[in-house]
Amino acid sequence: METILDFFSFNNVNVIYVTIGSMLLTSSAAIVGTFTFLKRKALVGDAVSHSILPGICLAFMLSGDKNPLYLIIGAFITGWLSLIIIDLITSKSKIKEDSAIALILSVFFGIGILLLTIIQKSGNAEQTGLDHFLFGNAAALVGSDLVTFTIVALILLIVVYLFFKELTLLAFDEDFAKTIGMPIRLIELILTTLTVMAVVIGIQAVGIVLMAAMLITPVAAARFWTDKIKVLILLAAIFGAFSGLSGAFVSYAAPAMPTGPWIVVVISTIAFISFFFAPKKGIISRAIKQRNVVQQINDENILKSLYQLGEQDQEYYTNRTIEDIIQRRPFNTSVLKKGLKRLKKQGYMESKSGTWQFTKEGKNKGQRTVKLHRLWETYLTKYLRIAPDHVHDDADTIEHFLTPELESRLEQLLEYPELDPHDSKIPYQKNKIKNNSTQV
Amino acid sequence: MIEQVENPIIEVHDLTVSYDKKPVLWDIDLTLPKGKLIGIIGPNGAGKSTLIKSMLDLVPQSSGFVKMFDQDIKDIRNQISYVPQRESVDWDFPASVLDIVLMGRYGKLGFFKRPRKADKEVAIDSLRKVGMENYLHRQISQLSGGQQQRVFLARSLAQQADLYFMDEPFAGVDAATEKAIIQLLKEMSSDNKTVVVVHHDLQSVTQYFDWVILLNTRLIASGPTNKAFTHELLEETYGGKLTLLTEVADLLKQNELPNREKKVNK
Repeated sequence: METILDFFSFNNVNVIYVTIGSMLLTSSAAIVGTFTFLKRKALVGDAVSHSILPGICLAFMLSGDKNPLYLIIGAFITGWLSLIIIDLITSKSKIKEDSAIALILSVFFGIGILLLTIIQKSGNAEQTGLDHFLFGNAAALVGSDLVTFTIVALILLIVVYLFFKELTLLAFDEDFAKTIGMPIRLIELILTTLTVMAVVIGIQAVGIVLMAAMLITPVAAARFWTDKIKVLILLAAIFGAFSGLSGAFVSYAAPAMPTGPWIVVVISTIAFISFFFAPKKGIISRAIKQRNVVQQINDENILKSLYQLGEQDQEYYTNRTIEDIIQRRPFNTSVLKKGLKRLKKQGYMESKSGTWQFTKEGKNKGQRTVKLHRLWETYLTKYLRIAPDHVHDDADTIEHFLTPELESRLEQLLEYPELDPHDSKIPYQKNKIKNNSTQV
Repeated sequence: MIEQVENPIIEVHDLTVSYDKKPVLWDIDLTLPKGKLIGIIGPNGAGKSTLIKSMLDLVPQSSGFVKMFDQDIKDIRNQISYVPQRESVDWDFPASVLDIVLMGRYGKLGFFKRPRKADKEVAIDSLRKVGMENYLHRQISQLSGGQQQRVFLARSLAQQADLYFMDEPFAGVDAATEKAIIQLLKEMSSDNKTVVVVHHDLQSVTQYFDWVILLNTRLIASGPTNKAFTHELLEETYGGKLTLLTEVADLLKQNELPNREKKVNK
């Protein structure tokens, strides 16, 4: 607890650097990642991040110095080279893009690790900390890094802002973009460069190995919450920044711990929560919706059975027992009881000492379900030429989903038939027939 | 039956297109008249889409050239509009109907500019023409197939072009949408716009088009519908690919041969 308070009091100027730095890095990665995600090029980020290791090592070997500017330049060159080679392989050979990405990623990363080992064995005192690039160490951020990274992050934001329209169109419909004369290659180059930039500055906090997650996970999580691209970008940036903040905190509280994995755990948790709890698209809200549909079908089936019982006896408002209903249509007893109670609560049924009786609304609803069932059977036999003994199951489902608009179109199309294909009477509501017949 | 026209709006000269060295269009040579509703007809795999894509410079041409308005396509892009196949894009993209139609204005806007009020008005007007003005802010993921096609059409209208290319605009749309679209296309053509449509329903050809192009990897006919859309020519178009031609194409692919020798400048 004390550590948390300590951290958020921001007494130490270094803590401020680390926090702002991490948040900048992760949120700019998330923003650029939005476009690679929408372009369905998620793996590209992975290739770039692994491919910058040899560049960093080479830059260090040549300069003998850990100056972030040199390292960024080195990283930039190999990261970029990797994408060009992937592009070349894909267009000039029969190897598909996914294989090309896997190939380049492993070759570049392999060379990088090789170079890193050489550096570590060389005994150069400056080299300590280079291995932080593998898994990230936000605590290593110092004031001068922050200046460099802020500039890069700002450039990134400005470019995304300026080319927002073009980047969006390119992600949605590349062919169309080409036909209106948009310089596709240029925009793609810009996106590639942005990706490389985001990765290069991001690895300080997140590390090479997990950088791809920072590009893709924030937007993947944000996608559950919104259908608007601007909100999507903003949300992804916020999610990214939050995970960056947590990374900085970990770095502060436990300096020995690599920050990258921690940041990724946090962003993955956000993604996980979105996956389950997001309204509309989340698993839980979809499950609830599905359960409601199942309940609706079940309840309408109960009303339908009661209506059919009424048809048999020509008496709709008799008290019926559970057994009566089950005899008409096999229900699971407990499901049936639950359904009846729900219907009572909704005002479609009444109960008296263990027996059940329609309310007027319940009878109408049951009648409508039966009517839709028979209308749909008629439609299937008449327009789809399906044999009368094959239409029942289909109608059993469709009867629950026909909207009032479709219902009246169906009635008019079939011209209010009296009987269904099985010669059962189609029960129209009397007042409705009058209304419609004056219309027709 | 290949009828050439004077002052064509499109001139396709000796066009060959290959995928992976294998020619999918052989020496297409045709001219098309202005202000007509033109249908490209042919069986699956005939290269119908490839023909319009290569006209638009979306796929590389192995040989030959295409001119529109007697100019290179690069110079007259803002007079041209393209409606891709509906399935070619991801309709789960986070965008609204209005966002998509506004894309039709991007060509006129150029870099760094946001759509202005006037662009929005054009977009809304275009949506009105396709009967989708009530769907402005609807997410595109919630549209039916026919509605998606209408949105694409509205985007195309928003371009205010003179020459339109449409790839299967009637594929998978309901009868009402098909009717609405063809009526719109006819209005456009009576406005002296030229519309080239990839189409595969033979039933409706004579009602829809003034001019037809019959294609099956090679050009079989190009001419006014009453002359080109004949029984014999259709039989030739749908009678299958020429076996010899297909074998030569496969040969070119296997040996990675160029289908044109490099010319040496004297």
